[in-house]
Amino acid sequence: MKYIDEYRDEALAGKLVNELRQVVTKPWVLMEVCGGQTHTIVKYGIDHLLPDEVELVHGPGCPVCVTSLEMIDKAHAIAQRPEVIFCSFGDMLRVPGSKVDLLVLKSRGADVRVVYSPIDALKIARTNPHKKVVFFAIGFETTAPGNAMAVWQAQKQGLTNFSVLVSHVLVPPAMAAILQSPLNRVQGFLGPGHVCTVMGYQEYEPIAARYRVPIVITGFEPLDILEGVLMTVRQLEAGAAEVENEYPRVVKREGNRVAQDLVNSVFEICDRKWRGVGLIPKSGYKLRPEFRKQDAELLFEVEEIDTEESSVCISGLVLRGVKKPHDCPAFGTACTPTRPLGATMVSAEGACAAYYAYGRHLQEEKRKVEPIGTNH
Amino acid sequence: MCLAIPGKLIEIAYDAQGVKMGKANFGGIVKQVCLEYTPEANPGDYVLVHVGFALGKVDEEEAARTYKLLAEMDQLSELEIPES
Repeated sequence: MKYIDEYRDEALAGKLVNELRQVVTKPWVLMEVCGGQTHTIVKYGIDHLLPDEVELVHGPGCPVCVTSLEMIDKAHAIAQRPEVIFCSFGDMLRVPGSKVDLLVLKSRGADVRVVYSPIDALKIARTNPHKKVVFFAIGFETTAPGNAMAVWQAQKQGLTNFSVLVSHVLVPPAMAAILQSPLNRVQGFLGPGHVCTVMGYQEYEPIAARYRVPIVITGFEPLDILEGVLMTVRQLEAGAAEVENEYPRVVKREGNRVAQDLVNSVFEICDRKWRGVGLIPKSGYKLRPEFRKQDAELLFEVEEIDTEESSVCISGLVLRGVKKPHDCPAFGTACTPTRPLGATMVSAEGACAAYYAYGRHLQEEKRKVEPIGTNH
Repeated sequence: MCLAIPGKLIEIAYDAQGVKMGKANFGGIVKQVCLEYTPEANPGDYVLVHVGFALGKVDEEEAARTYKLLAEMDQLSELEIPES
């Protein structure tokens, strides 16, 4: 496919790795923010191709993973109501709440439907006027325009049986929280390319300046990741801390203004609790008061739910780049994708699930692979 | 979750509710996409699509420029690698 295949070129990947070997002189810890990037890195073994000096740690950018247990339990309480059709993106279905997951509820008779797009949930509302259709609106800034459009269209079209359970999260406050932590090891970031397609990257400039970290907005293909790493290491070696754009074929500094306008007219910023991390101030979106009739949290008056996380799971440390999945005693044994104990194992984009999917639980120690295309 | 893939826009049409929609081809699979956020996109353009929404146009010039830079680095570094 155009714009995909050429960014998976093995020979060019090898050359990028060689270039990186020539540039790097000391150890650096880089974090890729987005779960999609983590997936690419583990799938293609990019972390094993890098020089020993460059360590990649995996960030919190998996919205399914960081959706709080309380919010998942709320979703389950709403989905069990007989008048409700509960619509969700597919990757949320297997995420365990305190007791069950959405798939189990579906097997017990709840009307739970997987949708590819929030627009599909709108269609279900239109064709089921006697049901209450609730869409589980999760995601980072990338998904906010789609979810905002669904809410806005529902109001415009007078679809009174459509509401959303909002659990939106925002990237920059999470990056700031990571950098403020006394445990922080991250010295440079591969920024989230698709979040920035929507938001642009101006809001990352104060973070780079305040914490003196380079942030390179990076795409999702293997060559994008390698180029992002190279650009970040070049800055680190030169003592620079700038925001750079590796992904200009898609990302513009100002982002998509049309999308930002609709997002800002539907949502406002709120404090949000992240699974595995805790409360991060001003790190989420909630519906603006003028859309309260479409707010499932208000419509269904779900009581506050007390929840408890596993005491063994270290997902909070994995999400902040302090630990790796195989540092956890439960990884691949008590905790697997079918029986996850915590945030980073619950979705395919979580670091633990990605490590598990590509067999990292079978490896005793970091495997070293000769980079592709190098001279021997 | 933030997966977004480039598809070639092949048709633009408004739906019954007046929402700007279109069809995009993703390596042979054709899907409906909402074009409200990419008013500048025309048939033949590549758009980056996430959960059924085009979030931006793929900039062909920038794509070509980045790839050319990568390829040139390839040629230059070739000269720098000592023969073994």
